[in-house]
Amino acid sequence: MNTNEKLLEVNDLRVEFRMRDGVAHAINGVSFELYARETLAILGESGSGKSVTAQAIMGILDSPPGFVTGGEVKFRGTDLLALPENERRKVRGPGISMIFQDALSSLNPVFPVGWQIAEMFRQHRGMNRTDAEAKAIGLMERVHIPAARERVRAYPHQFSGGMRQRIMIAMAIALDPVVLIADEPTTALDVTVQAQIMGLLKELQDEAGMGLILITHDLGVVADVADRIAVMYAGRLVETAGVVDLYARPAHPYTKGLLESIPRLDLKGQTLNAIGGLPPNLLAMPAGCPFHPRCRYAVDICREGEPPPLEEVVAGRAAACHRVKEVYGDE
Amino acid sequence: MNDDVILSAEDLVKYYPIKTGVIRRVTGHVRAVDGVSFELRRGETLGVVGESGCGKSTLGRLLMRLEEPTSGRVTFDGIDMYSQKGGAMRRLRRDIQIVFQDPYTSLNPRMTVGDIIGEPFDIHPEVAPKGSRRQKVRDLLDLVGLSPEHINRYPHQFSGGQRQRIGVARGLALNPKVLICDEPVSALDVSVQAQVVNLLARLQKELSLSYIFIAHDLSVVRHISDRVAVMYLGKIAEIGNDAEIYERPTHPYTQALLSAVPLPDPTVQREQIVLSGDVPSPANPPSGCRFHTRCWRAQDICKVEVPLLVERPDGESGHQSACHFAEPRQIVETAQL
Amino acid sequence: MTDTYGSNSQPLLPEGAIDGIVRQPPLDEQSAAPARSLGADAWEAMRRSPLFWISAALIVIFVLMAAFPGLFTNKDPYDCPLELARDAPSADAWFGRDLLGCDVYARTIYGARASILVGVLTAFVTAVIGVGIGTTGGYVGGWLDTLLSRTADVFFAIPLLLGGILIMFTFPSDYDTPYMVVIGKVVFALAILGWPNIFRLMRSSVMQVNPLEYVQAARALGGSPWRVVTSHVVPNSMVPVIVVSTIDLGAYIAAEATLSFLGIGLRPPAISWGQAISEASGLGYIRAAPHMLIFPSVFLSLTVLAFIMMGEVVRDAMDPKLR
Repeated sequence: MNTNEKLLEVNDLRVEFRMRDGVAHAINGVSFELYARETLAILGESGSGKSVTAQAIMGILDSPPGFVTGGEVKFRGTDLLALPENERRKVRGPGISMIFQDALSSLNPVFPVGWQIAEMFRQHRGMNRTDAEAKAIGLMERVHIPAARERVRAYPHQFSGGMRQRIMIAMAIALDPVVLIADEPTTALDVTVQAQIMGLLKELQDEAGMGLILITHDLGVVADVADRIAVMYAGRLVETAGVVDLYARPAHPYTKGLLESIPRLDLKGQTLNAIGGLPPNLLAMPAGCPFHPRCRYAVDICREGEPPPLEEVVAGRAAACHRVKEVYGDE
Repeated sequence: MNDDVILSAEDLVKYYPIKTGVIRRVTGHVRAVDGVSFELRRGETLGVVGESGCGKSTLGRLLMRLEEPTSGRVTFDGIDMYSQKGGAMRRLRRDIQIVFQDPYTSLNPRMTVGDIIGEPFDIHPEVAPKGSRRQKVRDLLDLVGLSPEHINRYPHQFSGGQRQRIGVARGLALNPKVLICDEPVSALDVSVQAQVVNLLARLQKELSLSYIFIAHDLSVVRHISDRVAVMYLGKIAEIGNDAEIYERPTHPYTQALLSAVPLPDPTVQREQIVLSGDVPSPANPPSGCRFHTRCWRAQDICKVEVPLLVERPDGESGHQSACHFAEPRQIVETAQL
Repeated sequence: MTDTYGSNSQPLLPEGAIDGIVRQPPLDEQSAAPARSLGADAWEAMRRSPLFWISAALIVIFVLMAAFPGLFTNKDPYDCPLELARDAPSADAWFGRDLLGCDVYARTIYGARASILVGVLTAFVTAVIGVGIGTTGGYVGGWLDTLLSRTADVFFAIPLLLGGILIMFTFPSDYDTPYMVVIGKVVFALAILGWPNIFRLMRSSVMQVNPLEYVQAARALGGSPWRVVTSHVVPNSMVPVIVVSTIDLGAYIAAEATLSFLGIGLRPPAISWGQAISEASGLGYIRAAPHMLIFPSVFLSLTVLAFIMMGEVVRDAMDPKLR
């Protein structure tokens, strides 16, 4: 993979939310890279900052209260954060594009779906109505919407959840983006439909050689489709690794805990090895490693000072843990 | 009737009328639950899985008598539930309780935790004399792993997982015999899910409860259930014990579901059965076998004749499925699920 | 508990662990916050709003004025030396004197009572009727709901003022009608036309709360409909009603003033701002004696504004989306 072009490079990204009750540090120095044809999964629970990361990359953060307070987002070498808004807008769509969890609220209910897809071509490519509609039909066919020609003038509510998600995908890939960010694309869908959508994303990625960032909380989905995984906790990356390595031998106690808390056959009917405690309150983060109150490996060094930095464990993997030797070696 | 059975449903049906126009004329029905029968044994957990619109939540509400059925019977411990009235029904409610899906809407935001968990005692004062209620509430908080000191706090001061514990405590206050868990962990984060699953498993053992565990997550259901019923568009497609459903599924829908579940193991190889299309609307279900529009094995007979839920001889006991072409087929090595 | 953590030996969990967890502290353990209800949270939000303090101060002043006018003036509003009519403001009469020589300041102070009484009573009566009927319609549903909704629509279709004029004309008051009876008539006229507003709000609010799981949980526990409604449905449906009633209170005060202005609301000897404005806007007076118009108008506007602002502040504080 590494011989491929580096599409996206995020360096030390920082985002905070200034709220009535204080400042929430949603992202605290996140760095990663994405290469062409690669699927990078950002795995995390609610409040881990995974969706905020995506919004910061896209430049669609709700501001206020959200503010990017530091770092770089380099798209093919250009730092997007340093660009003026009108330059940045040109990157959205043909450069980086995004699909969201809730397709129903992401589509405009008063316009036909074909019109909404065609809008992309009219806006960015200056196409006329007929050409744009023809392109829209082509795209709807590409995402396997049956009877696309007849349904191009239908409205979002006339489609099922799975079909709406396909329309969202059609809009996202309309301008042949280089990077596609999918934020929980299948969470709202049924299992059998989820499989269809993940299959579709894979297929489109293979065709176009896109880089795909998949944001999810679902360990199963990640295992099925990702090449590399970045695990987030409390606004930090705690572990990055190739997918097979990560599942086989997690190097961070949080990853390890997550994997152990999934029901397994050999433990059926027994107590699951749950991670204790609660995710931290972003307004009142504990000192030291943010995971230490829930960590069974925690020792004194974990409870004080700065959080441990993300450091290489072996080639191609990194973890942010003072006790990485014990965790990684503990197999 | 089998002494061992605590709760049973016979041919339960629930249609919701669809009304249109100014005069609210009934123009059709949503067939949410359409002829469901099963038995829940004492101390057992029956998992109910299915996708949206399969009627699993309506089933839960019917078993609680939060809805009146269109037809059918529910028998609890030999008592016909739907013929009970007034005091007798209230007495029966003590024995069947429910834990809801959404920890954010299942607790009244204007009541303290103590009042929420204590409400069952206000409604059924015979269960706990007035003086002992506060202590009972504290004991319940302790039982579900929350600190009894937080009795005066309000729900919004707790996280999702903690709220779900409060919901469980309320459900257990009256010492029920059956607890219906309607997607109790699907709204929770992965790391918190496991805590609540553990809690439910521990309580079942300690209090000898029987569970109906409704969920869409096949792995969680498998972990906690003794038997599993798979529902599709208001009907049970297949029902059986763990091995029967997960290792020798005979209904194509069960097989497709198992094939579609994302497995948390990147090395596993399995047969991919990708179903086409979405689940049809229960307002207008397909004729014959309801699954035939998405089934790769469908023949002409499937469009006409509704398959009955019949015993499959491969199982130890009670493995039933509703398919004209039922045939066991292993989809995944269950060790990986 | 048995050893259930698999075969590999792992460090043990912290002491007291059950279900793989320690006793769980609430989220805000660090700040050691006490139990705080939603109401307390809303109060916290309101306290920080300057608008709240301004409108609260105005409301307190006007309510005091209505209850104890003697606190604000020792003049008699009925002491009207005709020879001083239309005098401009002076040290003796701060706001000047009106057509009959009455002290405008004293009459404005005494006029607050009618406005506040009509506003508060109407808001209260509409809220009681609207909440009662709205809860019934929303909770029971079916044909009863249809019947109630259509009935409300009929009343809703009559414009507040037009209907008010009609009712006041049908039941006219004369010089001898007791004060509270006249007030009661105005309240009746406004309430009969104002309740559908609250009804619709309450009905939709109840229909939103009703399917929520905590209401279902109470039903599942065997709670009687009365209990379910009073302890779960109504308390959680009231916020919009409180907000709108506060705002409407201002509107009712304005409506009362309008009716009195038209000569069919409160009549002498009752004192009200509407009447005062009516008298003051007679031909030629606006230019000749503007003080007769300005002072009651300013008081009326400030009162209406205070209640509307208060309604807005309450809405902002209660709306969780704005947190």
